[in-house]
Amino acid sequence: MDPKELKRIRIVRRIAQEFPDGALVNLGIGMPTLVADHLPGDRTILLHSENGFTGLGPRPAKGKEDPRLVNAGGQPVTIVPGGCFFDSAMSFAIIRGGHVDYTVLGALEVDEEGSLANYMIPGKMVPGMGGAMDLVTGAKNVIIAMEHVTRDGAPKILKKCTLPLTAKGEVDLIVTDLAFIRVTKKGLVLEEIAEGATVEEVIKNTGAKLHVAGKLGRF
Amino acid sequence: MKPVLTPEQAIEAIKDGSSVMAGGFMGCGNAFTLIDALINKGSKDLTLITSDTAFPDVGVGRLICQGRVKNLVATHIGTNPVSGRKMNSGEMNVTLVPQGTFSERIRARGAGLGGVLTPTGIGTEIEKGRQKLTIEGREFLLEPPLGAEFALIKAEVCDKFGNCFLPMATKNASVVMAMAADYVIVEADRIVEPGELDPDRISIPGIFISAIVKAALPAGNLADANLSWTPKN
Repeated sequence: MDPKELKRIRIVRRIAQEFPDGALVNLGIGMPTLVADHLPGDRTILLHSENGFTGLGPRPAKGKEDPRLVNAGGQPVTIVPGGCFFDSAMSFAIIRGGHVDYTVLGALEVDEEGSLANYMIPGKMVPGMGGAMDLVTGAKNVIIAMEHVTRDGAPKILKKCTLPLTAKGEVDLIVTDLAFIRVTKKGLVLEEIAEGATVEEVIKNTGAKLHVAGKLGRF
Repeated sequence: MKPVLTPEQAIEAIKDGSSVMAGGFMGCGNAFTLIDALINKGSKDLTLITSDTAFPDVGVGRLICQGRVKNLVATHIGTNPVSGRKMNSGEMNVTLVPQGTFSERIRARGAGLGGVLTPTGIGTEIEKGRQKLTIEGREFLLEPPLGAEFALIKAEVCDKFGNCFLPMATKNASVVMAMAADYVIVEADRIVEPGELDPDRISIPGIFISAIVKAALPAGNLADANLSWTPKN
């Protein structure tokens, strides 16, 4: 497997460990979607699809696709036993009302106050926020899954986001190919580092102050 | 009993410049037959209120690509690159609304409410021009109701009183849109006699429906279009 894919799998596998039995989880498009393939087998975790159901299941076999059943990206999916369908107002009542336990999203930038920018780059990329603002505002726990730095090697974890915010002060956890970082009232706490990474490397590639936990884990 | 009309008859009152809500999410649940009729009629300068602009060749995406929309209110346009191009060139005015706010604003119009208070958008650019209220110590944005002259709804089954069954993930914003437009047209795969639908399993009460049209295009043409699409990270 190529190294980039291995990095992504390490990120999503670590995130999947965070969900307790019975959790309701919403996964964003892109890397967050991969979390679904690594959910711990010893727990029942229900996935929420914001276009209108709980119990989001894997893509059906070729020829078994149902045009009435797609995920938030418009791709054919399935529903698992125990899931149910509802309309958009109910779906976002579930999200905004604090009934989704975890949401996992990608990020362009995230800062030490837990603010997130992931929905637009003015003048370049303006796709619309879709359900992202509601998810980040409403979910009990917001987890960011992303590469630690941009393609050009610039830090994505900053003292203050420079791009338009998706939400202010809502992020709880940041998991990257280098680090597992918790957003706390006193700032960013580096709790774990990835296999092969060093604390110095994480600090060098982070644009905000990191408090290093007394007992540093590995993932 | 509600009138069962041809697609052309049902959309007759939709004029150039009319405001139209279209149910559907990434094409899933778009009223393909009615959208097709609007395109054939040559309707233009529409104000389109819809969750997203789907894909260039699918459902509401076709209205965008053919330049029929002057004002767009949506939550996401990223899967149809033509929407972004028309927004940037100034050819189409685009208002982007968070999806939960979108649904609740429409529901507010249909439910007779003066608006909704939502925490979504606090601390972001969405705040601009919005009134902020503090309720029980938490800040909320006051979002006004959102309605339209027409709504285009896709149902799998509809009885002649207008009661609709929308299966699976096709319900999306159609349920609230049916409440919030002056004239609501439903396109159904099957039109049945009153009593044939279980009154306990109705997705949209018939009282909201103005006219019924038999679907001519199968929902099935959606899957092929979507199968060829893969999200970019």
